[in-house]
Amino acid sequence: MTSSTTSSSRAQILARVRTALADGPAAPLPSRDYFASHTPDDPAAILDLLHENLADYRAIVHRTAESELPTVIARLLEQHDAASVAVPAGLPAAWLSGAKIQQRHDVTAGLEGDGVSSLAPSGSDRPAGEPLTPYELDTTDAVVTGCAVAIAETGTIVLDAGPGQGRRALTLVPDIHICVVRAADQVVASVPQSLPHLDPTRPQTWISGPSATSDIELDRVEGVHGPRTLHVVLVTDE
Amino acid sequence: MSGTFVGMPAFPKAAHEAVQNVTLRRNLRHATHTIRDKRAVAVAELDDWDQLREAGKQIKDHTLSRLDHYLVQLEESVTAAGGTVHWAADADEANRIVADLVKATGESEVVKVKSMATQEIGLNEALEAEGIAAYETDLAELIVQLGKDRPSHILVPAIHRNREEIRDIFRSEMSAWGRPAPDNLTDSPAELAEAARLHLREKFLRAKVGISGANFMVAETGTLVVVESEGNGRMCLTLPETLISVVGIEKVVPTWQDLEVFLQTLPRSSTAERMNPYTSMWTGTTEADGPKTFHLVLLDNGRTATLADEVGRQALRCIRCSACLNVCPVYERAGGHAYGSVYPGPIGAILTPQLRGTQSEVDASLPYASSLCGACYDVCPVAIDIPEVLVHLREQVADQGGKGHRLEKVAIKAATWVLDNPAVLAVGERVAAKTRKLHPRKIPGPGASQWTNSRDLPEMPAEPFRDWWKKNRT
Ligand code: SF4
Repeated sequence: MTSSTTSSSRAQILARVRTALADGPAAPLPSRDYFASHTPDDPAAILDLLHENLADYRAIVHRTAESELPTVIARLLEQHDAASVAVPAGLPAAWLSGAKIQQRHDVTAGLEGDGVSSLAPSGSDRPAGEPLTPYELDTTDAVVTGCAVAIAETGTIVLDAGPGQGRRALTLVPDIHICVVRAADQVVASVPQSLPHLDPTRPQTWISGPSATSDIELDRVEGVHGPRTLHVVLVTDE
Repeated sequence: MSGTFVGMPAFPKAAHEAVQNVTLRRNLRHATHTIRDKRAVAVAELDDWDQLREAGKQIKDHTLSRLDHYLVQLEESVTAAGGTVHWAADADEANRIVADLVKATGESEVVKVKSMATQEIGLNEALEAEGIAAYETDLAELIVQLGKDRPSHILVPAIHRNREEIRDIFRSEMSAWGRPAPDNLTDSPAELAEAARLHLREKFLRAKVGISGANFMVAETGTLVVVESEGNGRMCLTLPETLISVVGIEKVVPTWQDLEVFLQTLPRSSTAERMNPYTSMWTGTTEADGPKTFHLVLLDNGRTATLADEVGRQALRCIRCSACLNVCPVYERAGGHAYGSVYPGPIGAILTPQLRGTQSEVDASLPYASSLCGACYDVCPVAIDIPEVLVHLREQVADQGGKGHRLEKVAIKAATWVLDNPAVLAVGERVAAKTRKLHPRKIPGPGASQWTNSRDLPEMPAEPFRDWWKKNRT
């Protein structure tokens, strides 16, 4: 809907644009002769590049087999003395099966996708069916999520609020983010290769390293408002 | 365009004062040279940089040539996704729309993520006049706001402040705005960032209204994109119930695929990173995730006038990366404040006079705030030929008054400042020599006024100016 108070401005601006362009020809569409990727098509090399670039921007990168994932996640949470972890709807229950800390389950109503059951398992400290408030998230130490896609050339993980990724606030307010990437089918080489995997109608967060600022004399400081620690766990078949 | 630096002297006077400020010059030099060198490395990683740059230019040119079509398409997409679109012809109208939207929520405070468009229209001041407190949440903008100051750089707006100054500002001002700075706050950047984190966290958690700009708007999908580093943007875009985004009409791109170009060129040109820490994308509203209400305010404020100028319209391609600031010898010495608007440096010298016209002294002097060395063009990720536009605007200034006119006099002073500053000239000469070989440029003519001759600036004997400088500095 367009608000009625601005409808005359709408007409005015569009008329000004048309006058400014004076029926000139449309400039040509872009030629797009840039590369679709800068990396040879070798999955192992692409995974190594992702690892390297994530680490270069101070994400802490781990590799593990699927079977070891619960142990790795439990160890990371323990390392940071996390007492509580936010759990997005649709996160595979096994991932946190090794963690002995309080799980705070978030429920996301109405999101499309396959909506894996988000019922809180027994032992959860809060009732199922309620989204976590910003204040609850602020007192939650960590969050564990999956991702939609990871981009090797830029060291980026993209979350699109799909199952196991949570609402955007979930990966923003807690200070530790542990993100799991499936090497087999979630890693692409380049930005141009990533976009076709992403649905623009879903809210997205592209994350390349932990929150950072260089605003004070250009000294890089990790973590101003987002999570100050970012762990990325690459799940491989070996 | 409002948001002017009220009482701003014309460029030469302001620049002259900036040169006297040793701290400012040292900070600026450190900043611009550091980012400049890192940028070159980040760009060199991509073998297809020239093709990406060309594609970015083509996408923007194509969009501008059918801007009416893409704006209407954008409006349809955003509306279909649950957003509301407003159109603002000028700064006053945009401010009024935003103030009314905030009032309608019943709130009297908003959190803001750094946005050039809202600075351009002076939104914070307009909201304050309506009894609405607008909290800047970008660390640098917080420093600027608490210090009752003006931003001096697009990317690092508080770059003119050093750490001791920032500590003092935090210690003395934070308590008046909310959570005070810790008593034992030192000047280590990590501690200063931590103080900002705590100070702002309470504001984010209780915020009901967020205000942002956007780097890109996708016409076919209605998606808005905000590129940032700290996470304050994510806070403002995600936690409040109502989100209001004020965006210049030139920020639209046609397709989702177009983002693949700018998401490669913007971070590398701007922060010299392969990718910035956080990019947020949202399309209208999403149930149970983020704001329930989304308003998009499309801002003209001089952009359609700029579009009408066939030479000058290329300034609308700008993606605000700030690469041109960091290579500019005049910016390095004059500082961001001398440009008298929120857009400093080479882009400010061509954008501000077009958005606002060249009736005021500071705006008429801006096209002369350059040695025309061309370094800005070389680094621009959308290939804006800034020197070409500068020369074009100089002709306009010269034509509007006639010889001896007040504006011409102030323009001459600006040109003289550049000529008389040996360091500016020396860098200008060096870069120009290199650049000209690569990009032989035409000088627009005929009818070019006397000012066009300053294209020949590098050939002028530099020695007398250096003598003058020595004499005048002592
Ligand atoms: S003019 Fe070009 S280099 Fe300067 S800020 Fe705009 S896009 Fe960047």
